[in-house]
Amino acid sequence: MNRPSITKYKTPVHISEYPVGPCYQAGHLVTENAGWRTEKPILDKEKCTGCFYCYLCCPEGVIFKLDGKIEIDYSFCKGCGICARVCKSEAIVMIREAKDGADGC
Amino acid sequence: MSECIAGRAKAPNALTITDKEFFYGHKACAGCGGSVAVRLIMKVLGERTFTVVPAGCISAVGFMYPQLCFTNNALISTFAGTASMMSGIAAGAKALGLKDFQVLGIAGDGGTADIGLQALSGAIDRRDKVIFVCYDNEAYMNTGIQKSGLTPLGAKTTTTPAGRNIRGSRTRKKNMFEIVAANGIDYAATASVGYIPDFLNKINKAKFVDGTSYIHVFAPCPTGWGTPTYCTIDLGKDVVDCGLWYLAEYENGEFVLNKNPKEFTSVKDYLSRQGRFRHLKDEDIEQIIRDRDRKWEIIRKSWKTKKN
Ligand SMILES: Cc1ncc(C[n+]2csc(CCOP(=O)(O)OP(=O)(O)O)c2C)c(N)n1
Ligand code: SF4
Ligand code: SF4
Ligand code: SF4
Ligand SMILES: [Mg+2]
Repeated sequence: MNRPSITKYKTPVHISEYPVGPCYQAGHLVTENAGWRTEKPILDKEKCTGCFYCYLCCPEGVIFKLDGKIEIDYSFCKGCGICARVCKSEAIVMIREAKDGADGC
Repeated sequence: MSECIAGRAKAPNALTITDKEFFYGHKACAGCGGSVAVRLIMKVLGERTFTVVPAGCISAVGFMYPQLCFTNNALISTFAGTASMMSGIAAGAKALGLKDFQVLGIAGDGGTADIGLQALSGAIDRRDKVIFVCYDNEAYMNTGIQKSGLTPLGAKTTTTPAGRNIRGSRTRKKNMFEIVAANGIDYAATASVGYIPDFLNKINKAKFVDGTSYIHVFAPCPTGWGTPTYCTIDLGKDVVDCGLWYLAEYENGEFVLNKNPKEFTSVKDYLSRQGRFRHLKDEDIEQIIRDRDRKWEIIRKSWKTKKN
């Protein structure tokens, strides 16, 4: 995946470990967004034609190309449903997600 | 005005655009149209882009210390100073002898049409080589949905509530596209997240303009508009199809219309899908349609038509 990955947040133990200054390293991610979701997009690979329109439309950039089809980075998908809505082949459906994320994303 | 060198390289499409993401892990609401716009702009302009973002949703959701969701060089400017900071960066980069870079500003409708307008006008006047993008969600969203100069007639915001006597905003959208054109800008365009190939093409053109570029992209906001999160792209298409927004360019001193719908789709359908317009009466909708028709009469009479 050609995108930043999460940096584990280490709770500082000494004052010298606290970041100082108003700037930070580009692409520094410390938290995921998966917990925002109430619905989750599920792809039917058979139906996907690899047009990549959903990939352009996703506000999060969590759809990526893989072997002519798409994959979703569920750690950052917010479940907005845009991908399912714009797919002309109806290859994506939104399913209700358990509150505790129990269906294993 | 110098000969515009726009369109020198082919615009990327879904297949050719870079796989890299430059705006990732941000905290915008689900379905945010502004985020679609920003993500695509960054993918066209690439990593060597200095990005200036004033106060507004994109800075609030992108820079949550210590998280930094831009993976390129990005900073927050004062609300009014987007374009002046861009000019400073362009001058600084030139003084350092940097090559092959872009200077980008991404401001909301309030940050563009109201408070950021004079700095933008100054940059255009100097013909600084910078790209100013206005993502238009038609209100000051980040502070809780207040009316801006780009809020359309009839829209409900917290400062233009819908009551028995006054039904939403009593003012119309400022014509930012023609305002920057009147400043003598090198390249200006309108776009929408509902027409992505057209939008990518326009960002790509701006990259090669030797002077100032302005792109005004329509960016629906589910939170401020009272719309379902999955409707963002649909609404971006509908607004163009029903004639309340248009896709156009201003280049070499000429206005060019990129899409001239033979027949408009229903304005009422577009409006009634959104909570912010739900209070409108038929007479209000008729007024909005009359405004639309008057605008299109002028556009069709005096602008050229050319598919982008
Ligand atoms: C000088 C100044 N005035 C007011 C504010 C408060 N403020 C921060 S963001 C914002 C709204 C921005 O609206 P807009 O530019 O449309 O962007 P959006 O939030 O809609 O994305 C306001 C009023 C500020 N930060 N600085
Ligand atoms: S829009 Fe549909 S068909 Fe196209 S890539 Fe996405 S899932 Fe596949
Ligand atoms: S549901 Fe929304 S955030 Fe998740 S992959 Fe689809 S478009 Fe992207
Ligand atoms: S309020 Fe609107 S513009 Fe701001 S982050 Fe949420 S959806 Fe995006
Ligand atoms: Mg706004």
